Amino acid sequence: MSEISELEARLLADVAASADEPALEAVRVAALGKKGAVSALLATLGKMSPEERKAQGPLINGLKDRLGEALVARRQALRDVALDQRLATETVDVTLPLPDSALDRGRIHPISQVVDELTAIFADMGFEVAEGPDIETDDYNFTKLNFPEGHPARDMHDTFFFPPKPDGSRRLLRTHTSPVQVRTMLSKAPPIRVICPGRTYRCDSDQTHTPMFHQVEGLVIDKGSHLGHLKWILAEFCKAFFEVDQVKMRFRPSFFPFTEPSLEVDIQCRRDKGEIRFGEGEDWLEILGCGMVHPNVLRNCGIDPDVYQGFAWGMGIDRIAMLKYGMPDLRAFFEADVRWLDHYGFRPLDFPTLAGGLSG
Amino acid sequence: MKFTLSWLKDHLDTDASLEAIVDKLTMIGLEVEEVEDKGKLLAPFVVAHVVSAVQHPNADRLRVCMVDTGTGAPVQVVCGAPNARTGLKGVFAPAGTFIPGKKITLSVGTIRGVESHGMLCSGDELGISDDHDGIIELPADAPVGAPYAAWAKLDDPVIDINLTPNRSDCTGVSGIARDLAAADVGTLLSKPIHPVKGAFPCPVSVTLDFGDTPSLCPAFGLRLVRGVKNGPSPEWMQRRLLAIGLRPINALVDITNFLTFDRARPLHVFDAAKVHGNLTVRRGRAGEELLALDGKTYALDESMCVIADETGVESLAGIMGGEASGCDEGTTDVLIESALWDEIAIARTGRRLGITSDARYRFERGVDPAFMLPGLDLATHLVMELCGGTPSDLVVAGTPPIPDKVIDFPLDALPRLAGLDVGLAETKRVLTRLGFFVAGQAKQLKVAVPSWRPDVDGVADLVEEVVRIVGVDRVPLTPFEREDRGRKPVLTPIQSRTRRAKRALAARGLTEAVTWSFISKKEAELFGGGQPELALANPIAAELSDMRPSLLPGLIASAQRNADRGFPDVALFEVGQIFRGDRPEDQFIAAAGLRRGLARPNGIGRQWRTGAQPADAFDIEGDALAVLAAAGAPVQSVQIQPGGPAWLHPGRSGTLQMGPKLVFGHFGELHPRLLEALDVAGPLVAFELILDRIPEPKARTTRAKPPLDLAAFQPVSRDFAFIVDHAVKAADIVRAAQSVDRKLIAGVTVFDVYEGKGIDPGKKSIAVAVMLQPREKTLTDEEIEAVAGKIVGEVGKRTGGVLRA
Repeated sequence: MSEISELEARLLADVAASADEPALEAVRVAALGKKGAVSALLATLGKMSPEERKAQGPLINGLKDRLGEALVARRQALRDVALDQRLATETVDVTLPLPDSALDRGRIHPISQVVDELTAIFADMGFEVAEGPDIETDDYNFTKLNFPEGHPARDMHDTFFFPPKPDGSRRLLRTHTSPVQVRTMLSKAPPIRVICPGRTYRCDSDQTHTPMFHQVEGLVIDKGSHLGHLKWILAEFCKAFFEVDQVKMRFRPSFFPFTEPSLEVDIQCRRDKGEIRFGEGEDWLEILGCGMVHPNVLRNCGIDPDVYQGFAWGMGIDRIAMLKYGMPDLRAFFEADVRWLDHYGFRPLDFPTLAGGLSG
Repeated sequence: MKFTLSWLKDHLDTDASLEAIVDKLTMIGLEVEEVEDKGKLLAPFVVAHVVSAVQHPNADRLRVCMVDTGTGAPVQVVCGAPNARTGLKGVFAPAGTFIPGKKITLSVGTIRGVESHGMLCSGDELGISDDHDGIIELPADAPVGAPYAAWAKLDDPVIDINLTPNRSDCTGVSGIARDLAAADVGTLLSKPIHPVKGAFPCPVSVTLDFGDTPSLCPAFGLRLVRGVKNGPSPEWMQRRLLAIGLRPINALVDITNFLTFDRARPLHVFDAAKVHGNLTVRRGRAGEELLALDGKTYALDESMCVIADETGVESLAGIMGGEASGCDEGTTDVLIESALWDEIAIARTGRRLGITSDARYRFERGVDPAFMLPGLDLATHLVMELCGGTPSDLVVAGTPPIPDKVIDFPLDALPRLAGLDVGLAETKRVLTRLGFFVAGQAKQLKVAVPSWRPDVDGVADLVEEVVRIVGVDRVPLTPFEREDRGRKPVLTPIQSRTRRAKRALAARGLTEAVTWSFISKKEAELFGGGQPELALANPIAAELSDMRPSLLPGLIASAQRNADRGFPDVALFEVGQIFRGDRPEDQFIAAAGLRRGLARPNGIGRQWRTGAQPADAFDIEGDALAVLAAAGAPVQSVQIQPGGPAWLHPGRSGTLQMGPKLVFGHFGELHPRLLEALDVAGPLVAFELILDRIPEPKARTTRAKPPLDLAAFQPVSRDFAFIVDHAVKAADIVRAAQSVDRKLIAGVTVFDVYEGKGIDPGKKSIAVAVMLQPREKTLTDEEIEAVAGKIVGEVGKRTGGVLRA
C-alpha cells in the first residue's frame, strides 16, 4: 500500500470517528489546513517533474476530493443528529386548550339577524328601509292612520303615554311602526316601496307579550298595485324567509283602521314536539296582518286616493324569529342571558345574503 | 262574541255542519277563536241511578254506592258527597273519563280499601257550574244510561268569535247569520216584528236635557208594561244565556240580555214602581254617584250621560243600570228603554269607570239606529209573552238618525284594488244579501248602505265586502315587478353603520343584547336622563319608568344578572336608540359595549398563557375604536382626550372626539360611585358612542380607489427612549416627534413604557420607533442623525423628556 492510500485510509477513518462538528473540524484542519497532511502533499506537486506530477497529481487530488466529500457528508450527518437531538427536547403540549376566537365567541342577537334577513329579501324586490322615532305623536300613531278619536281600536293598542304638555297634547310610544309609513308618505312622492323595521311598545306583559317588541311593516304606493300583488309578495317573502320551496298561506278578512280591505295571514305548518315546520302539516299559524291602504290614510298623508293606491303589511320580527329559529319564549329575547344569546345568537360572519343563504 | 249553534239556526236555515260553519265564519272575517262542544266533551257522562249507598267501612265521610249506569250490573263507586244516597239519580263517569272541571283522567282506584270504578259528579267537575257542595241530583224520571249532556240539553256547541271592532252588526246572532247567508251557508230567517199597540198612554215622560252642551243621546224610546209577573225566564232562554256565560236573573232582565246578543240591541228595564216621576236624560254632575247593578258605586261627572228621575240618577246610560230601580221578582210594572248613545262618550265613560258591559261593548261600536224602535217592540212582545201585562203607548224623545249613505261604486274598483273580477251579477248578489241596496246595471253602480253597517263608507269598503264573501282565495297571485328601479343601496348611512357596528363588536367577541328602552328613574338620572318629558305616565313597572338616555344602564344590569347566575365574565354590547328629549331629533343611535371581569378580547376567564387579567380600559378602548372604524369614522383624525363624564373613573377613562364640539363618546372603567349607586359589583369597563355624530364620508363619483403611492427607497427605523414626568401623555411625545418633518416621518409608534427600577420615582420611560421614509434618495447617516437630533430636541422642548442613557 502506498503512502497516499495509507493516508487516505487514516483520514477517512478519522472523519468517520468524529463525534461532533469540532472534532470533524480538527480532522479537516489536520488534513486540509495550511499545515495539514494533504496540503503538504499538494505542496510537493510544485517541485515535481512533469512526469512525476502527471503520475502523482491525480492521486493526490483524488485524495483531496474524496476527503472533501467525506467531510461534507459527515458534517451533514452530524448536523442531522444534533438537530434531531435538539428537536427531541423542543416539545409543546398542543392539547392545551386555546381560548375560543373572538369570531367564535361573539354573537349577533336574533332580532338583528332577522332584520338583516328581511332587508336582504326585500331589497331584492326593490324596497328601501325607512325608520322613524319611537316617541310619536297621537296624530302620527293613530289619527292619520284613521283611528277615530275614542274608537275601540285605540283601546286594543294598550298605549304607553308621556305626561300631557301645557297645550293638552301628549306624546306616546309608538304602538306599531305604521307612523313610519305616515312619515314616509308625507316626505316622499309615490311610487313608494319601503319596509319599516323597528321597536314598538304596548303596556302588556305575559308569555307571548312583552312591553317592548319589534315589528316590520311594508308599504307600496303607486298607481296600480293591488291585493294580488300583495299576496304574491307575501308568498315570495315566506318562501325566502322560511327557506322552503312552497308555503301554503291562508288570507282571512280582518279589520285594521288603516287598511281596507284588511286581511290576516296564516301559514300552514306542522307542530311536532315544540318544533314547527313550514310547507307541510295541517295547522294554521297567524303571522301577519295586511291590506290595501285606506283612502283616508292616503288623504291624511297628502296622497290623492283617486290617483294612487297601494298596500301595507306588518308583522312581529320577534315572532317570526321565534317561528323560524324555534325560540319558545318571547321574554327571553330581552333578558340578555348569555346562555340564551350564545345558543340562539348568530356568529359575526353569519351575514345573511340571498346568494349564500339567509341562515348560512 | 259567543253564541250557540241552535241559536244561530234561529236565524239561519242551514244543513251545514258545525265544522263547515266554523270554517266559513273564519274565512269571511268572523274569526272563530274557540268552539266548545259539550256534547263531545261530556260524551262519557251518563245518567245513573244509585241503587244503594252504604257507609264506607273505613271512612266516616265516604259512602260506598252501587250505581246502575244503564249497562250491565251495577258499578261500585266510593263517593264523598254529602248528598250521595240510595235512590238518587245523578251523573256518572266511568274510569278512563277525562273530568273537564278537574283536568284529570279517572282511573279505577282503591279508596280506604274499597275499589271505586268511576265517579258520581258535581256540576263543578263537569265544568258546567260552580256547584261543588254535592253531586248533581237529577229528577226521578231522568232515563238511566242516557248521555247526560244530550239529556240536559248541554250539547249545543258554543262558538266564540274574535270580533273585529268594526263589525257592530255582528254583536248580534242575527247579524252573523246574515253574513253566513251571504256566503251561501243557508237562508237568512227574518220574522217581521209587528208594532205594539199601546193600550194606554205611557205615564212617564222623557226629556233630553243637555242644555247648551253637545247631546250624548240622539234618541230615547220608552214603554211601560203594566201588570207583569216577573219570575225565572223559560228554560230555553236560561240555557242560552248560561251557554254564553251569562247568569240568568229573572225574565225581565234575561229578555234584555237575550236581545243584546240575539239582535245586537241592548235594552234596559226599570221597575216602574221604583222610578219617581218623569225621566230626564242628561249629563252627570260632579258629586253625583250611582250604585250600579254590579253592586259598585261609581262617581259621575259632566262627561258621562245618565238617566235620572226626580230623585236622582237611576242609570248610567248605555253602560249599566242602577241597583235602586232594577227589576226583581216583585216587579209588576216595567219600563222598557231602547235608546241610542254617543259612541265616544260611551267608550270614554266605560274606560274611565273601568266598566266592561255587554251594553257598552255594543254602544261604543255603534248599534243600528233603525232598530231602536223595532227592538223595543220585540222586547215588549217577549215581556208580554213571558210575563204577561198590558203595554202602554210608546214615548220617544229625539229622533233616531237613520243614515242615508249611497256610494258610487264603479265595478272596475274590484279588479283595480283587489285584482279580482267577479262580474256584475255576483257583486250584486253578495251586496244585496248583506243588506245593501244596489242600483244600476252598467259598470257604475249606486250602492245604499244599510243602517246597521256604520263601518261601510266608501268604495274600498264595498270591495272588502265582496272580496271577503266570495273569498280572498279567489284573488290570483300577481307577480310584482321590480320594473326599472336602480340597484342602489337601500340602507341609509346610519342603518349601514348600525349593522356594521354590531358585526364589528361581535367580531371582537362581544355578545349582542337587546335591552328595554325604558329603565328606572334612578338609572336614567345617573346617565344624565330622567327629564319629566321622558318619564312614562303609565309605566308597566317602577323600574321601567323612564326612556333611556344611554344604553349602559341596561347593559350594566344585564351583566350583573349574568354574574348572579354564575357567569361573571361577560362581554355585552347593544346598538340602539337612546333618548335625550321627546322630539324625533332628540333620538340617537348609540353603540355601547361592556366588559366585566375576565372577559378580554383574546379570551374569557383565566387563561393558562396570560393568567387572570381583568378587562381594562385599553380593552374597551379597542372596542370603541373598532366601532368607529367600522362605522366609517376618519380614525386617523379622532382625538383621544383623557377623562370623561361623571360615570367614568376620572383617571382611567377617555373621550373620543374630533375637536371639543364633535364628541363621539367615551370609554373607560366605570366610576366606583356609579357601581355603588347601581348596587353592582365591578370593576367594569364600558364605552358608548353616538353613531349619528360620525361625519358622513364625502360622496365620491367613482368607486375606483386612489392610485397606490409606493416609495422607491427603503424606509429607515430609529428607536428613542425618553425619560419624562409621569403625567406626560404618550400622545404628546408621538405628536412632537411627528411634527419634526411631516413629509419624511411616515410613522411614530410607542413600543415600550417602563416605570420602576433604574428610573427615578415620578418619572417613566417611553420608547418610540420613528419610521423615516425617504422619497427622493437614500438617506445618508448624517441626514438621519440630523433628523434624530431634531426629534430629541422637539420632544424635550414639548414634554421635558430627555433621552434615556
